[in-house]
Amino acid sequence: MTDKSPRTRGFLQRSMQAMRDGLVLSASDKRHLVLGTIGFALAALLPFVSDGYALSVGISVAMYAVLATSWMLFSGPTNYISLGTAAFFGIGMYVVAGGIDLLPFSALVVIAALVGGVFAAIVGLATLRIAGVYFVIFTLGMAELIRQITVWGQAKMGSQAGLYVLVGMDDSTLYWLLIALAAIVFLVGWWIGRSRLGFALRIIGNDEVVAVHSGINTARAKVVLFVISSVFASITGALVAPRYSYVEPTLAFSPFISFQVVIMALLGGVHRLWGPLVGVIPFTLMWEVINASYPRLSTLLLGVCFLLIVYFIPHGVVGLIESLRGGYRKRGGPLRDLLQNTLRSRKSNNA
Amino acid sequence: MSILIIGLLLGGTYALMAMGLQLQYGVARIMNLANGEILVAAAFGTFWFFTAYQLSPFISLLIVVPLAFAVNWAIYHWLMLPLVRRAKNQGQLEVDSILATFGISFIFIGILLAVFGGDYLNYSYLARPFYILGEAYGLNRIAAFLMSAAICIGLYLWLHRTRTGLTLRAVSVSPSAAGLVSINVERASALAFALGGAVTAAGGAMLSMFLTFDASLGVLFTLKGLVIIIMGGVRDIRGAIVASFILGLAETAVAILVDPGLTLAAAYVLFLIILLVRPEGLFGRRST
Repeated sequence: MTDKSPRTRGFLQRSMQAMRDGLVLSASDKRHLVLGTIGFALAALLPFVSDGYALSVGISVAMYAVLATSWMLFSGPTNYISLGTAAFFGIGMYVVAGGIDLLPFSALVVIAALVGGVFAAIVGLATLRIAGVYFVIFTLGMAELIRQITVWGQAKMGSQAGLYVLVGMDDSTLYWLLIALAAIVFLVGWWIGRSRLGFALRIIGNDEVVAVHSGINTARAKVVLFVISSVFASITGALVAPRYSYVEPTLAFSPFISFQVVIMALLGGVHRLWGPLVGVIPFTLMWEVINASYPRLSTLLLGVCFLLIVYFIPHGVVGLIESLRGGYRKRGGPLRDLLQNTLRSRKSNNA
Repeated sequence: MSILIIGLLLGGTYALMAMGLQLQYGVARIMNLANGEILVAAAFGTFWFFTAYQLSPFISLLIVVPLAFAVNWAIYHWLMLPLVRRAKNQGQLEVDSILATFGISFIFIGILLAVFGGDYLNYSYLARPFYILGEAYGLNRIAAFLMSAAICIGLYLWLHRTRTGLTLRAVSVSPSAAGLVSINVERASALAFALGGAVTAAGGAMLSMFLTFDASLGVLFTLKGLVIIIMGGVRDIRGAIVASFILGLAETAVAILVDPGLTLAAAYVLFLIILLVRPEGLFGRRST
């Protein structure tokens, strides 16, 4: 930042102001913070009170809580549906699996975050500048693309398809790491929700034309948030790699991860930060049962669940609860409605 | 030279799949992410008729295609139409239909897994060499290409020479304007969606003659089809055919020169080039 033109300085001042504004807490914010802290503290007690099975379910819940919440951070407000979580998850896992003989685990987690972030930035810059469908299509085959490249690269380098990740990490440690990561995701999400960036994204999601006309750099906002969301997915993949101890491409880049993340987030609801969590807990528990009882039909049942959610609870359980409690309160406020209505009438006049 | 010919033969079959997707996305306005699964299901069906009843794939077409038409019509009528009616605007419909068809694709995968299991399947039909310019090519590839070309030409003529075809093209240009000239847009969309599924299924039956399939392959074909219609333009059949050949050539070149496992990368490279250079498609006009 050597360039200290008035424009840059103005921008810096405004961002500082925005950050200070973001730190002023209202009473309800404080209540949410306290509640959240208590919730995470209680969740962190699980390894002390439970046996191995409950802990392993707890790990799945924590993992999907991170993935679904970080998915929602981007796809919730913008309505840009990312179908490529598995790609970032797999990247994280493979960074750990490939480098575990060379570097310490903690360094690999950082590298996984960086690789995932850079990849997300490239994908975002290529697809998010233009209409939303291109982004959806691009993410649809992304996990499979990275899987093919990984298999090919491994064959080229003469390494085996499967890699062993032998880190002495017990389930409790992994669980605490994931819970801590979930807490970070929630903090980041909470901060984004009150920042200018979050406001910009909600406007983009409601009407992108309005957003452009209000002077929002829509491409930058979208790319930044997609990168944040993908970095969390990569870190999750990196953290859980030791749990599988044997990592291979089909496992790491399984399309079911992307699918389950979307389904859980939608089940909970994507317009509240804690929405995905509401979907993750029952779905993971139910999934354990289904997988154990009907392994042959699990994909079919997953698809059916997904359709039921899309058709019957489009706003998720949270939306359902809120509409029962007296009107589904939409975010954005009167200013957005005004802008939107003005623009819509202008558009229909032109057409 | 062999890359050129194999690529063109493959591209011909892809054209069929892309035309199916074009009908569904261009006319019915549904981005069908389950399209690849329809194709794979048709391939499995053809496989099954061949191994269980010794039916030639060309005869199977007569069963598979009407069946796919009926299934897709049902999908549109019972699953898509409620979304179309509930959507407040085009963006809402896009999000809903993407999610719904994404779910449907997993239902198809689930059914295929439950019925056929997760193995790779293929069968041997017309696996005889055929010589073009002194080099041998599988007769099944050539037969599949000729059949695909016949269906493509038939579909093109039908769209451009008949009244129903004109109706579909009108809806593709503007559903609301089509409604004003007393076209039943919902019926036309249902027809386009069902027809698109049927054409895609025909593509699957043809591809099954020379490719190996498993239940999870659908997403690859969905992606290839979408890349083709983005490259060629959503409403431009000639563009889609040219794009199909480009993709067929690129894939074959990558498979022969680099590695057969990297064909998806070829599709993605083309996709990226299109996104960065001509997002409006090969023959599309830049919107203002």
